[in-house]
Amino acid sequence: MIAFLIKRLMHAILVMFVISVLAFAIQDNLGDPVLQMVGQSVPESEREEIRERLGLNDSFLVQYVRFAKNAVQGDFGNSYFYREPALEVIARHLPATLELVFASTLIIVLFSVPIGVYSAIKPRSPISRLFMGVSIIGISIPVFLTAIVLIQIFAIGVTVTLFPESTGWGAWLNALFSTEGNMPSFGRGYELVNVVGNWDTNLATWNGLQHLVLPAVSLASIMLPLFIRLIRAEMMEVLQSEYVKYARAKGISMRRVYFVHALKNTMLPVITVGGVQIGTMVAYTILTETVFQWPGMGLMFLDAINRADIPLIVSYLMIVGVIFVVTNTIVDLIYGMVNPTVKLTGKPA
Amino acid sequence: MALLDVNNLDVRFALRHGDVHALRDISFSLERGERLGIVGESGAGKSVAAFSLLNLIAKPGFIAGGSVTFDGQVLNRLSERGLRKVRGNRISMIFQDPMMTLNPVLSIGEQMVECLKAHRRIASKEARAIALDKLQQVQIPSPETRLDQYPHELSGGMRQRIIIAIALLLDPDIIIADEPTTALDVTIQAEIMALLLDLCEQHNVGLILITHDLGVVSQVTQRMLVMYAGRVIEQGPTREIINDPQHPYTQGLINALPQMATPGEKLNQIRGSMPSLSNLPSGCAFHPRCDFINRADGQPRPACTQQVPGFVESGNCQVACHMVAEMLEDRRLKEETL
Amino acid sequence: MTTTTNASPSRWERLRDSYMWYSFKRDRTAQLCLAVFIFMVIAAFAAPLIAPTNPYDLAQIDIMSSELPPFWIDGADDRYALGTDAQGRDLWSIVLYGTRVSLLIGFGAVFLQSLLGVTFGLMAGYLGGRVDTLLMRLADIQLSFSTLMVAIVVGALVKATMGSAFYSQYAVMMLILIIGLAEWPQYARTVRASVLAEKNKEYVDAARVMGLRSKRIMFRHVLPNTLSPIFVISTVQIANAIISEAALSFLGLGMPETHPSLGSLIKSGFDYIQSGSWWITLIPGAVLVVLVLSINLLGDWLRDVMNPRLYKG
Repeated sequence: MIAFLIKRLMHAILVMFVISVLAFAIQDNLGDPVLQMVGQSVPESEREEIRERLGLNDSFLVQYVRFAKNAVQGDFGNSYFYREPALEVIARHLPATLELVFASTLIIVLFSVPIGVYSAIKPRSPISRLFMGVSIIGISIPVFLTAIVLIQIFAIGVTVTLFPESTGWGAWLNALFSTEGNMPSFGRGYELVNVVGNWDTNLATWNGLQHLVLPAVSLASIMLPLFIRLIRAEMMEVLQSEYVKYARAKGISMRRVYFVHALKNTMLPVITVGGVQIGTMVAYTILTETVFQWPGMGLMFLDAINRADIPLIVSYLMIVGVIFVVTNTIVDLIYGMVNPTVKLTGKPA
Repeated sequence: MALLDVNNLDVRFALRHGDVHALRDISFSLERGERLGIVGESGAGKSVAAFSLLNLIAKPGFIAGGSVTFDGQVLNRLSERGLRKVRGNRISMIFQDPMMTLNPVLSIGEQMVECLKAHRRIASKEARAIALDKLQQVQIPSPETRLDQYPHELSGGMRQRIIIAIALLLDPDIIIADEPTTALDVTIQAEIMALLLDLCEQHNVGLILITHDLGVVSQVTQRMLVMYAGRVIEQGPTREIINDPQHPYTQGLINALPQMATPGEKLNQIRGSMPSLSNLPSGCAFHPRCDFINRADGQPRPACTQQVPGFVESGNCQVACHMVAEMLEDRRLKEETL
Repeated sequence: MTTTTNASPSRWERLRDSYMWYSFKRDRTAQLCLAVFIFMVIAAFAAPLIAPTNPYDLAQIDIMSSELPPFWIDGADDRYALGTDAQGRDLWSIVLYGTRVSLLIGFGAVFLQSLLGVTFGLMAGYLGGRVDTLLMRLADIQLSFSTLMVAIVVGALVKATMGSAFYSQYAVMMLILIIGLAEWPQYARTVRASVLAEKNKEYVDAARVMGLRSKRIMFRHVLPNTLSPIFVISTVQIANAIISEAALSFLGLGMPETHPSLGSLIKSGFDYIQSGSWWITLIPGAVLVVLVLSINLLGDWLRDVMNPRLYKG
């Protein structure tokens, strides 16, 4: 266990080092931050002075060492735009993103496992075919488009006049396909409850939850079909295995064959892929948060890009790196608990 | 009536290009405590035969005709629930590759206890005690610790012992063993086989042993079937078939044994290879490889290429071969004229 | 020597072709998808011939006729079958041109990805050792960051470094480069896996015993055997590249609005969705979905047909 954690830590340090060098190298080559800070009106001599004061004229190595030293102490510099420590800006935006990711993950887990397992057990049933059809459509719709469609349907509303209004059934059908569109689709709402520090939660009030629904569903919409298909494919392969055949030959119930013998083996690769997909999810928060103006890290990052707010960009990358390392470690721990053939030293026994 | 009676069993695989006949017209029976060998090259349909007895053939495969009657019940007409009561309980199976057979994520104890619990109302503690007893019977060192181990912690031979223990858990009437030693190291093969034979004799359990190893069959079984391209071509008491094989294919198999070759000479092989089941030759499926399709006068026997041979009785054996049928007929005619 | 090496793959291909053809003839979905895909490709690349207006030509744009709805809604203009966008451009024309841009970037990016990925994958799988470790570690880190994330970051940084004007001018090239660089690990991993599987087979040993150089073994003997997985992931990757491009454009890191792809059309229309002009964003959106869906379904079909696992039976 300790060996595993040490190995993980080394890996984390390596990843963080690579990210920091990359982030820093780019920062060094990016446009002129001083210009961004003070604007054209300040004369060049004064800008040069600021540059000197900020240490922007030092050599790459000196600047990197200074950057790394500060970063280790949690100091990523001040955001040019917010004029406060970048880490604080991120800390303020982090809870919104984490809640969004949490809600989506919940949706994904709750739906992907039963649907995936069902369509593996009964691959030819009409319901499975429907699920598979819907899931490939789901994969083919970019997440921001899902978000836009959801906004159109549930926030703006759709009025269908396709059927003749004069007949009873026409009006009924029109009403059936029309939506009212009163779901909130902008921001987190104002009925947030403070939990601790700067963590305000959407999960405590009805209004807060309503604001969370559309963004969470949008974010889940891209991963859910992927997971359904992955679970189905893995489960179908496991069901072909000798040990499942043997379990049947032992005469144990199909329920036990599916949910004890097969599912446990199915989940092993799913857990591994799941860890990687969490990373992908963070990338998709940038899109989702942009569409819904959800005040999380993703939106903040995009704004930072547009404002060339380099300290904020760099610290975002670093924090995302930390999130990946942490989630991957947790995923590995879970994997090790489920899979008896893996000792937590990382080597198969 | 015998304990197990297989009648005209016919198994097909529904594939894209039409059905493939994996088993045709398989009939045999097994008495209580009897040991039967099923022999043939790979692809002859031995494993399919083993799995179809308990209706365990995988999806595109299905039983298209015939019956498997066990203790008065027609197994291939039973519901899944009814079959479950037989599987692992009254007829248990031993699979070929012990490395693939046990579930890697469940402990040995779990995999033994679940089998007991599926067939008996029994407390976990009691089930564990039975499991432990069976592990002792298969002579596994330190059986208590094995119960909490996982398959990957054990060697192949050890795992096959555990599978034998699982097969014996519910004191079955019949064990079907599909090449139980093929995947093991040569050094342990004999050990495992001896153990299996010993336990079957001790508990008076019937054994259906599927193998390509004629040596094993002759040591372990009392009767045997020889299969070729989905059909039984010869069956009878093991000793008689080994000592005096009638069918040219069986003769070929026995001649191909290394013991049969004279030192310094080439091994006697059967020329050619087994045809694919989807593209069988006409008439006797063996005729393209057979050395005896010509009659005594040197002319080819037309029946061999045109007609599927039926069984003829030769001593205590049944043989499906035109040549043998002709020889017997000649002999009968000669005896009549004398 | 040459005749034998030439003869065996062609026989192989003929065999595979016949099975593919057989399965294709029976699969209605695959037929429909291929038809839709070919139709869209032809329509997109023939855009200058088909489109009633040239959306890149400012002289043809009438700002007075902006936000006109498509033909089935009251207030539609006969001249614009699918309506117009906020700048008064004919939506049908601009969607045709936009599809062309999306497809161009999709194909280009996948070409680059496969070039990089196949080269690195072959190197990693065949040379093994340090090269393998280094390349695969790199691929791991990049994948754990998710390809979209990498593309967004690289896009953002390039844009910030080079300036918006420069970026817009070379947007097509930039996007091909960014998406190509972001997604090579997919190929590299697949190719490496199949190289490792092939490497231990006897024919590679035989080739080595015959004294062939490793480069020759790699390209003449191993590579042809990795072709079917490459082919299968290529279809999926084209779909992914088109989606990635759309995502980047949606975030303002892709094609400029003057030269829009489907993604930038969706983005520009999104601003008008609240005012009721949903068609500006949803029509290009629907086209994007149909395009990606048909490619994905074709990819699914190809995987079913070509998956070597299925041959094991």
